[in-house]
Amino acid sequence: MKELALHILDIAQNSIKAEADLVEIKITEDKVKDIYQIEIIDDGKGMDNETLQKSIDPFFTSRTTRKVGLGLSMFKQNAEQTGGNFQISSEPGKGCYVNATFGHKHFDRPVLGDIAGTVLILAISSPETEFKYTHQTADGLYEFDTREVKQELEGVPLQHPDIKKYLEDMIHENLLEIRYSK
Amino acid sequence: MAKVKSLADLKRIKEEVQTKIKLRENSDRPEQVVQVKVAMATCGIASGAKETMNYIISELEHQAIDAVVTQTGCMGYCYAEPTIEVTLPGKEPVVFGHVDKTKAEEIIEKYVKRNELVDGIIPVNYKSI
Repeated sequence: MKELALHILDIAQNSIKAEADLVEIKITEDKVKDIYQIEIIDDGKGMDNETLQKSIDPFFTSRTTRKVGLGLSMFKQNAEQTGGNFQISSEPGKGCYVNATFGHKHFDRPVLGDIAGTVLILAISSPETEFKYTHQTADGLYEFDTREVKQELEGVPLQHPDIKKYLEDMIHENLLEIRYSK
Repeated sequence: MAKVKSLADLKRIKEEVQTKIKLRENSDRPEQVVQVKVAMATCGIASGAKETMNYIISELEHQAIDAVVTQTGCMGYCYAEPTIEVTLPGKEPVVFGHVDKTKAEEIIEKYVKRNELVDGIIPVNYKSI
């Protein structure tokens, strides 16, 4: 994947497939420790230990339409290539936790990319799932929660171009406020 | 510097939008509207399904076509990603491959609006593993 946002979009699909009600996407930047951390936490149905072990194997997938499953393995590979690390933990009925740490300054760390568009497309295409995106930098914390947004919207569709554009700009401007790194 | 946008101002946009559209309860009667499913698995995302989906969502809204756009997993046509499945009311689902923005525009213009078939259909009798 060329952007971290695309990895997030990809990994969040697993959470949606696992019937999660809430998917949390946490990005933590620490330039001093040289860390760009991405955590994806869901409250879906989780995995047993055997499935968990196999989940990062590129030749394992729960799908029947094809024989490979590259999402988690590529995420892991990408993180490790930048001197970072990767963890996944899960228990049946208790959701799943994915943590990938990238080297912040590393040359091979993909850019964050269009994170606002990613969060919105997740919210639009999976209306039954709620998403909470938090971004922490040395300058501050930004939180975007689809539950709050939907409350404000009172049934007006999120996918209306004006609303989508406004929310995209809103996320972007707030990220600039906390001086996030691309 | 201009004020940073916040949820507080979202209300104003919401009200503007509300006056522009009549509220459509799409999801309550999905069989009467156009259904579009965009394949958004690893293969789809890597080939640009996000841009395709963004384009389809905004284009259908702009043209006020009653539609539900959702996502689906990999249908096994990884070689032809991004793929979309379009179901017109009362018709069989049709899967299109290699759907970039240009192709999506063609599908909306010709297939969704005028019911003409366009190139790039993946036949359903193709069975993967």
